Order: sequence, then structure tokens, then C-alpha cells
Amino acid sequence: MKILTGNDLKSGAVTWWDGSGWSLHVEQAADVGDQGEAIIATEQAARRVVSAYIIDGEPGANGPRPAHIKDRIRALGPTVRLDLSLKPADANAGNWVI
Amino acid sequence: MYQYDQYDQALVDARVADFRDQVRRRLDGSLSEEQFRPLRLTNGLYLQLHAYMLRVAIPYGTLNSAQMRMLGDIADKYDRGYGHFTTRQNIQYNWIKLEEAPDILADLASVEMHAIQTSGNCIRNTTSDQYAGAAADEIVDPRPYAELIRQWSTFHPEFNYLPRKFKMAVIASDTDRAAMRLHDIGIQIVRNAAGELGAAFFVGGGMGRTPMIAPCLNGFVPISQMITYAEACLRVYNQHGRRDNKYKARIKILVHELGKEEYTRQVEAEFAHLLTQNIEPPAAELERIKTFFADPAFEAGAPDTLDRSNPAFAAWVDTNCLAHKQAGYIAVTISLKPVGGIPGDATSDQIRLMADLAKAYSFDELRVTHAQNIVLPHVKKADLFTLWQHLDAAGLGTANLDHIGDMIACPGLDYCSLANARSIPVAQKISERMAAKQHEIGELKLKISGCINACGHHHAGHIGILGVDRKGVENYQLSLGGCEGADTSLGTITGPGFDEDGIVNAVETATQVYLDHKQGGERFLDTYRRIGMAPFKEALYG
Repeated sequence: MKILTGNDLKSGAVTWWDGSGWSLHVEQAADVGDQGEAIIATEQAARRVVSAYIIDGEPGANGPRPAHIKDRIRALGPTVRLDLSLKPADANAGNWVI
Repeated sequence: MYQYDQYDQALVDARVADFRDQVRRRLDGSLSEEQFRPLRLTNGLYLQLHAYMLRVAIPYGTLNSAQMRMLGDIADKYDRGYGHFTTRQNIQYNWIKLEEAPDILADLASVEMHAIQTSGNCIRNTTSDQYAGAAADEIVDPRPYAELIRQWSTFHPEFNYLPRKFKMAVIASDTDRAAMRLHDIGIQIVRNAAGELGAAFFVGGGMGRTPMIAPCLNGFVPISQMITYAEACLRVYNQHGRRDNKYKARIKILVHELGKEEYTRQVEAEFAHLLTQNIEPPAAELERIKTFFADPAFEAGAPDTLDRSNPAFAAWVDTNCLAHKQAGYIAVTISLKPVGGIPGDATSDQIRLMADLAKAYSFDELRVTHAQNIVLPHVKKADLFTLWQHLDAAGLGTANLDHIGDMIACPGLDYCSLANARSIPVAQKISERMAAKQHEIGELKLKISGCINACGHHHAGHIGILGVDRKGVENYQLSLGGCEGADTSLGTITGPGFDEDGIVNAVETATQVYLDHKQGGERFLDTYRRIGMAPFKEALYG
């Protein structure tokens, strides 16, 4: 599956295209099929996202998981500061990345 | 230390106003990202793996306590309560919001700081010896010359669009503590036989994917012509440096491809021409700058002894302190490498504490080192135990300077969009594994980079580690024998790489080979140079 990621223009936060807008949570990412470039063009022109790109995702029980470790780290946060990640209460959150 | 005059302050204030307007125009859509990107980069604002990252310049690594305190306050007000000190003697914040970036720059400008030229293809922050003005072995304080370079290179109209980024370092002792020969231009301030000051120019060094040790182009340029010679070096590079291939665009490639002799010939010809143009800054400006770097008011007759009855304190003194040129004083390195910690990171509270301690005990001065530590350069020995107690209570009393626990590590894939592998977890595991053994091992500089760009200086590590991506899996190459300093050398890869746990084991194995073969007072590097790679390969790969 193909999913879209980028950064929020104002905050810089990592975001994921959920089919109608941008979510902070990769689990909500939508499979964009072959529509990725068109969505990026529209959304970047509207300044709702910056530096957006298409990545490979893998479907999972709780939603998509990026195929590459770099994007999994983007999705979670630094593995060495899980207190700053999206799952600060989950001591095993780093396992999802590796 | 240097204080802004009205021109410095006006220039920085104007840049803040410019950037505030540029951000406004980006947010309202007047500027596209393509148009805005070079504008934010020239103000040190990157878009990194998780958010915007701001790199703040710390000229030649020198700070006063008000500036250091501001760095701590910015970490709280605009970031997530910490900052990362870098191998370029700068600080980076990892969680910056674009809409707040102009306010950060305004706060920095209020304490004579900025983020100008911390990115882009221009002359970056000039680095120097962290013990400048304190070291007993320096012939002069190198910082006035670094400051002169800062003023010359800031907004230099000819050098704002170089083929590639450009890094300079200035030292003034034979002991090179700034990795001078691994810079685009390294300058060593020297004296000739007549006792006159000059600048030895080493040009074309660097790390990255093609590491090079800078050759000496000219061993003595009269100090009154230093800027003119630098201008000649840059002009030849600007004219002939490759702009068609970013991987071949650094000056080291030009010097290598032209050859040292031909590059030198062109530089000398340009230098001769420039000498007729009178471009050197007025001598009076250098003298004005020097007044800011006069010695602080050292107390004459301050006691030169230490009570070493506390073993932990004595061990810290032996490891982290350097003899000072002034009797009764000592230079202190605060390690930002606690066991299992993140190299170079400091919390906002730690940053403010170091500011307070500098104010109380080091004539209001701090330095950032290229090895990602902090120096208090002028501490009275009579105050040293009290200072250490404050540091130790705040987790800043680790005694490991230049030991394996004091490793350099780039942010790696945990933060950096260019990285291929994580550096910090490897650093943490090695730190924990080797903590108990590091004082038996002694001096061992370990450096870790998460990609070939080598921000973690792995080429120059006695033990170097390079993280690579092998089909989506992190893998780590081990190299041995690198060294910065007067005997600069580049490391040699041992063989096939290792996974994350494997590289930790490999480092331990390499240190054991050293201990097994060590003779007398040899350091790891000395033993490696004597016995060569073979015993290490045998132990690592069988």
C-alpha cells in the first residue's frame, strides 16, 4: 500500500494523510493508491502540509506501518526519547520501530 | 569575550526583522516552500525528521553566562526542555515551530547571538580550541583571529553562494584540539624564527564520504595578511569548485583534483593580486578585537594546590581538568556524556546551572567543545571542589574526558533526515558496556556517525563507527586508527559490518585486543599503530 506523509507547515509536526485531512497518527493513514502525487500537489498548494512524499506501507492489525525504519521513527518519535514520542506511556513503543 | 558594536547588533536585528517578514509571507502563501527553503536555511532552520530544527551559532564555541542562560530558556520556551551541542561547537533544538522561529531569533539577538550562516553553501561558524586563552601551550589566544574571520565572512557578498558549505578552524598551539586539519581551511597561528606572528594555512581537509587531511599550503602567512590569503583560497575555490555534483563540490575535491601544487600556485597568484587591492581589515580592528580577549583579572598568588582526599573528586580532576597557564587556576571540562546518556544533550536546567557556575567560578565564560562537552576555562583551584559538588549533583560530574564513554555521536536516524542508521542507541549501549572498564583502557576517542556525511567524525575516531542502511536494516561499519590533532590520520575499516548488538561486542573485542597487546604507557591508538590491523581482524572475525 502507498501512504502519504509530510510535515505541518506551522508546527513542523509529522503528519499522515488519512483520506480527508492530515493526522498525527500513522495508524490512521489511508492507502492512496496512485493518487499520491495529486493529493500532495493540492495539499501543498493549500499550505496544509510541507515536504510531503509517498512511502510504502504495510497493513497491520492497528493500521498501516511504514515499510522503512526511517518513516517508522518519524511516525513514533526518537527511539531514545520515548517520553517525547506519541506513545510516552508505552515502554515498549520502540519495539514497533525495530 | 567579544561584545557586539552597533554594526554587529544592527546587522543581527535587521536579519531578525527580515526573517519575521519572510515567515509571515510563507505562512500567508506569498512565498512557496521552494522560495522559502533557502531563506530559512540561511537562518539555520532545517526541516528535520520530526519537526523544524534550529541550529544556533556559537562563534568559536565561546559563550557568556547570559547567553548560556538564554539557550536554556529557549529550550523551555520554544522547544522540549533540552538542547543538543554539536561537533561544530553549536547548539541545535529539535522541536521548533516555524511560526515561533522569528521570536527565537529575537531572543537570541537580545544576547548577541544568531543562527546566521549555520546552514547553506557559505562560510559556517568558525571553530577553535576550547581552551583558548587558558591553555599553557598556546602562543597567543586564537579567538581574536577567529573573530576577525567571523566578521570578514559574515554576509561576505562573494562567498554566500559557494559550490558547497565551507568550514574553518583556528588554533594557536601545536596540540590541535579542534581537528583543524579536517576542515576546509585550518589555520594554525605560529611564530617564525624572528618571533613574528603568522598563519599556517592547511586547505582542503574534511570528512564526509571522501575524507581528506588538509595539506599545508603555506606555513607562514604574515598575520597582517591572514584575511587576504583566506580570500585568495576562497576565490580560487569559488571559481573552480564543482557546482555540477554536490558530492564533488567541497574544496577538498578541488585541491585533490588540481593537486596541491597547482592549487597553491593559483592561490599564490590570486594572493599577490589581492595584496595590491588592500582588502585586509585595518590593523586597528584586530587590535580592538583583541581588547575583548584580554585575560580576566586572575588573582595573583591564588593557592596552586588541591585537596584530593575525596577519591571521586580526585578522579574527576585527573580526567576532566587541564593545567592552566595561570598558577592557581585550572580549565574544567564538563562531560555531557553520563553513562548511558545521549552524547551532547543537556536539559534546560543543566544549561542554566552551567551558566550560573560560569558566572560564579569562571569569569562568566563557557566554551562548547567539538567533542560535545562544555568547558569552564578559568576556575580557581580553591573553588574546584565546590564546583565539582554542584556539577555532580546535577549529573554533570562524569569523569570520562577522552575516554571511551566520552564519545562523539551525531543525532543519527533518531533525529536526522539524512541519516541511515541510529547513532545514539549504539553510543548508549557502548557507554553502559564499557563504563566499568574505561579507566583501565585510558584515552580512547570513539566517534559514531549515522551516515556517510560523518557529522560524528567517525573517520577521526581511534575507534570509528559508521551506520549504514543495508536493505532497510541498520548495519554498522567499524574502523580503527583514525585521529584528529597534530598527527591526524583516517581510520581503516576492519571488514564486514555488524548489527546493533554486534557492534557493541566488536568495540569491546577491539579494546581487549588493545589491553592484551599494550606496552608501557601506550594509548589504544599507539598500540594500533604499532601492531596494525591484523590482530584486531583476527579477534573480530576469526
